[in-house]
Amino acid sequence: MLLAEEVRNYIMRGLPCDYVAVHGADGQHFEAVIVSPEFTGKNMVQQHQLVYKALGDRMKVEIHALSMRTFTPEAWAITGNEMTQER
Amino acid sequence: MSAQEKIRNQVTGSPVVLFMKGTPQFPQCGFSGAAVQVLKACGVTDFVAVDVLADPEIREGIKTYANWPTIPQLYIKGEFVGGADIMRDLFQQGELQKMLEQAAG
Repeated sequence: MLLAEEVRNYIMRGLPCDYVAVHGADGQHFEAVIVSPEFTGKNMVQQHQLVYKALGDRMKVEIHALSMRTFTPEAWAITGNEMTQER
Repeated sequence: MSAQEKIRNQVTGSPVVLFMKGTPQFPQCGFSGAAVQVLKACGVTDFVAVDVLADPEIREGIKTYANWPTIPQLYIKGEFVGGADIMRDLFQQGELQKMLEQAAG
C-alpha cells in the first residue's frame, strides 16, 4: 500500500520544494500542502500541473486522488502562519 | 470523430461543462460530488455534466485534453478552470461566482 510518506518523496524528487506535507492513510486518497519557488508567477492550474508532472504515471496507476493546496514561498509566509495558528 | 474532437465539441458547446464520475444526482466519487455542490452553491443549475464512467474514451481523453490527470474537471466557455480543489478555492475567493456569472451573461 502506498504511504503518504512515499507520495511526499515522489513529489520532492520531481519538484524543488520548500515544504511538503502529505496526509492520507487508505493508500489511494491523499491530501497535500506543497510550497515551491517553482510556483511563483504561475496560476493554480499550472501549479497543480507541476505537481502532477512530478508524480507522472503514479497519478494514473497508484494514486486515485490527490487533494492539494499549493503555495509560493511568499504566500506560504502569510498563509502558513495562519494555518499553524488554527491548530 | 476522435475523442479529442468530441471533447472539444463538448466543452465549447455549452457555457459550463463538468466532467465527472457519475451524475449530479448520483455522483460516483466524493470529489465529483463536491464539484457539483460548489456549482450549486454558486447558483448554477443548468450546467452540462458529462459522466466519464459512461465513455472510456472520454475518461482517458479528458486527461490528455487539459493535461490534467484527475476527474472532476470544470470548463467555462471552453476554458479549463480546474479540478475540485481549485473550484473550492476559487469559490472561497468569490472568483468562481464571477466567472460563472460572466459565462451566463
